[in-house]
Amino acid sequence: MSTTSNTPAPSEFERLPWPRPPEARRERPSRSAWQDAWLRLKRDAWAVGSASFLGALAVFTLAGPLLWPIDPAAPSLARLSELPSLGRQVRVVAKDTPETAARAATETVSRDTPETAPPAPAPGETLAAPPPAHLRLLGAPNVLGVRLVWQALPGAASYTVYRAPGPALLHAQALGVPLAEVPASPQPHYQDSFELGPGPWLYSVVAQNSDGDESPPSQPLKVDLEPGMALGDALSENAEARLGELISLKAHPMGTDSFGRDLLARLIQGARISLSIGLLAPLLALFIGLGVGGAAGLFGGKVDLWVMRVTDVFLALPFLLVAILLQVTLGLPPLTALVALSWVGPARLVRGQILQLREQEFVQASRLLGAGPVHLLLQHLLPNTLGVLLVAVTFAIPQAIFTEAFLSFIGLGVEPPAASWGTLCNDGIRTFLTSPHEFLFPALFISGTVLSFNLLGDALRDALDPKLRGRS
Amino acid sequence: MNGFFRYFLKRLALGVLTVFVLATATFTALHLIPGDPLLSEKEQTPELRASLMKQYHLDQPPLVQYGYFLKDLSRGEFGISFTQPNRKVNDIIRDHFPVSATLGLLAISLAATGGILLGSFSALRRGQALDRATLFWVILGVSVPNFVIAACLQLAISEFNQKTGTEWLPVGGWGSFHHRILPAIVLALGTQAFLTRLMRSSLLEVVHQDYVRTARAKGLSPLRIFFVHQLKNAVLPVLTYLGPSIASVTTGGFVVESVFAIPGLGRYFVQAIQQLDYTVILGLTVFYGSFLVLMVLAVDLLYGLVDPRISLEGRTR
Repeated sequence: MSTTSNTPAPSEFERLPWPRPPEARRERPSRSAWQDAWLRLKRDAWAVGSASFLGALAVFTLAGPLLWPIDPAAPSLARLSELPSLGRQVRVVAKDTPETAARAATETVSRDTPETAPPAPAPGETLAAPPPAHLRLLGAPNVLGVRLVWQALPGAASYTVYRAPGPALLHAQALGVPLAEVPASPQPHYQDSFELGPGPWLYSVVAQNSDGDESPPSQPLKVDLEPGMALGDALSENAEARLGELISLKAHPMGTDSFGRDLLARLIQGARISLSIGLLAPLLALFIGLGVGGAAGLFGGKVDLWVMRVTDVFLALPFLLVAILLQVTLGLPPLTALVALSWVGPARLVRGQILQLREQEFVQASRLLGAGPVHLLLQHLLPNTLGVLLVAVTFAIPQAIFTEAFLSFIGLGVEPPAASWGTLCNDGIRTFLTSPHEFLFPALFISGTVLSFNLLGDALRDALDPKLRGRS
Repeated sequence: MNGFFRYFLKRLALGVLTVFVLATATFTALHLIPGDPLLSEKEQTPELRASLMKQYHLDQPPLVQYGYFLKDLSRGEFGISFTQPNRKVNDIIRDHFPVSATLGLLAISLAATGGILLGSFSALRRGQALDRATLFWVILGVSVPNFVIAACLQLAISEFNQKTGTEWLPVGGWGSFHHRILPAIVLALGTQAFLTRLMRSSLLEVVHQDYVRTARAKGLSPLRIFFVHQLKNAVLPVLTYLGPSIASVTTGGFVVESVFAIPGLGRYFVQAIQQLDYTVILGLTVFYGSFLVLMVLAVDLLYGLVDPRISLEGRTR
C-alpha cells in the first residue's frame, strides 16, 4: 500500500531544458586522488612551512660548497672554539721570543732602578706587612704576552703572580689563578702568555719568604687587551698583514670548532653525510621491502610464510643494539647497518597492502583479461600502495637521521675528518659549557630537519587519507 | 584459554628464537673480529699458551666453540673485559644494571603517566589551545634528540644553580633522589611525547562510541564516563607500546647516562664501544637483547590477558 503512495505519478515530473542552463549545473571539476591530495597539502600551512625549510636545506647542502668554498678540514690554531663572527678585526702584534723578553728585562733593571733601595731586613725577621709595590707593565701588552715588573721586597724568597679575568673585578679579594712562582731578584719580572684573550685582566703579586709566609697581595694591576694575533697566524688569515696594523679576519658565521675549523663549512659537509644517509637508507630499505614484500604478497603460500617468519625475528631484534653490533664488529658504515635492519617495515607494509588489493575487483578483472604477475604488480598493485609507502618513507627519513645522529653521538659515526651532524654534536658537547655554539648549531640542524620531515609526514598522511577528503 | 596458551607458546618460541639469533650473530661477530684474544697475556710460553687455549676451548673447531659459547651463555656467563683485566662482564652487569633499572623505571612511569594525562586532556579539549599546544609539544618531543634536550637542560639548570646558589637539582652524578630527577625527565620526554599522541588518537576514537553515548544517556557523571568507559578502553594501545618503549628508554639511557655522568650500564656500554672492549660490547648486547625481548614478551602477554577482545593470532609485535 505504501509503495504505491510513495511512487511519484508521471504528472509530478517536469521537463527540464537540455542542455541545462549554467545556473542549474552542479558540477565540480573532476580531480584525481593525487591532485586532491596535492591541493589539500598546499592548504596546510605546516606542510608548506616544512617543505620550504627542507627546500632551503637542499640548497644549503647542494649549493653550500660553492657559496661557501672554505675547506671544512682546515684547522687554524689561532682561532680555536671561536664564537660566530663576521669579519672581526684584530691588530697584528709581535710575538715575544724568550730572548727578547730576557733582553727587555735586563734593560729595565739598568734603566729603572728603585728610587730608594729598601733597607735590608735584619736576620730572622719574618716577612712583614708591606705587599710587593710598584707593580707595573713593561712595554705594550698584547694577547701574546703581558710583561710585568715590580719592586723587589726585602726578605722575599719568591713571588707568586696571580691573574683574574676582568669580571672578577666585581668580586673583591679574588686573586684568580696563580700563574707562576718567580724567584727573588733585584728586579723581579714575569711574562704572562698563558691562554690570554682580549678583554680586561687583573694581575696581583704576593711575596713569600723562605718559610713560606705570605705577604698581602699587591695593588692589583688592570690590563685591558685588545684582540690581537701573531704575525705568522695573521699572514694565513690575510696576506697583507703587517705588524701593528689592524686586519680583518676571515668570517666564521657559525664560529669555529675546537680545532679552529670553520663550523659552517663543517655543517655543510655534515648535511651531505647526514642527509644522504637519511634519504638513502629509507629508500634502499623501501626497494628491498618492495621486492621482498611484493613477492610475499603476490606469490603467497610458502614464500609468504617464510618471509613473514624472517621478518618476525627481525622485528623482534632490538634495532639499535644490532646496528651497534654490526658497526663495531663488521665495521659496516652506518648506512649499511641501517638498511640491513630497516627493510623489514616496508616489506610487511607492502605485503599487507598487496594482500588487501589483490582480492579487489579491478585486479581480478585485470587477471581475468590475462595480465601476468609483473603487469599486475607494476600496473595495479604498486600504484595503489604508493600513497601509504610515501607516508612511510616520509616518516622513515627523520627516523634514519635520528638513528644516525644517535649512533654518531655514542661514537659510531662516520670516520673523521668527515663529519655528520651527529658527530659534530658529539665533538661539540665536550666543550658545551665554554663554547655552546659548537653543539647548538648541529643540534639545531638535526632537530629542524627531523621536525620538518615529521610535520610534512603528518600533513601528507592527512592529505592522502580518503576518509578526510572534503573536510577542510 | 586454549587460544591464549597457544599464543603464549608461539610468542615464547619467537622470543627464544630471537635471543638465539642475537647470540649467534654475536658469536659470529666475535670470531670475525681480527686479532688474538690471548694477545693481552704477557710473557707467554708455548705451554702456557696451549693451556690457556685449552681453558678457553680455543683449540677446538668453531662449531664446538659455539657449543661452549651457548653453554656459557645459558649459565649467564659473558666472559672477561678486554680493557679491564680480571673484571667479568657479569660483575659489570651486576654492579651497574641496578642504577640503569632505577632510572629506567622512573622514566617509564613518568612517561606513561605524563602521556596518558596529557593525551587525555588534549583529546577531551580537541581543537582548543591546549590541544594544539600539546600537538606541537608532541612533534617537538619526537623530533629533538634526547642528547640535545639533556645538554640544553643541563646548561640551563647549572646556570640557574649558579645564579641562585642552590643545589637542589644537581646536573650530574648519582646518589640522592635529586640526582635522578633531571635524567629521568630527559629520558622520559621522547617516549612521553609518543605515548601522548597514541593516547590522544585512541581516546578520540573511543569518545564517540555508542557505549559512551549510552552511558551519557543513562545520566552518568562525566567523570565516571571518562574513567570507567573511555579511559579504560583507550588506554590499551598505550599499554601495548610499553614493551617497545622499555626498549627506547633503555637505549636512550646510553646517551642520558653519558651526558649526566651516571654510573649505569648504558654509560658503561658507550664507554666499551668507544674503547672497543669487544667482550663487554658483545656480552652487554646479548644481555640487553634478551632483556628487551623478555620485556616486550611480558607486556604483550599481559596485554593479551587484560583485553579480552583481542584476537591473539595475527598480532606479532
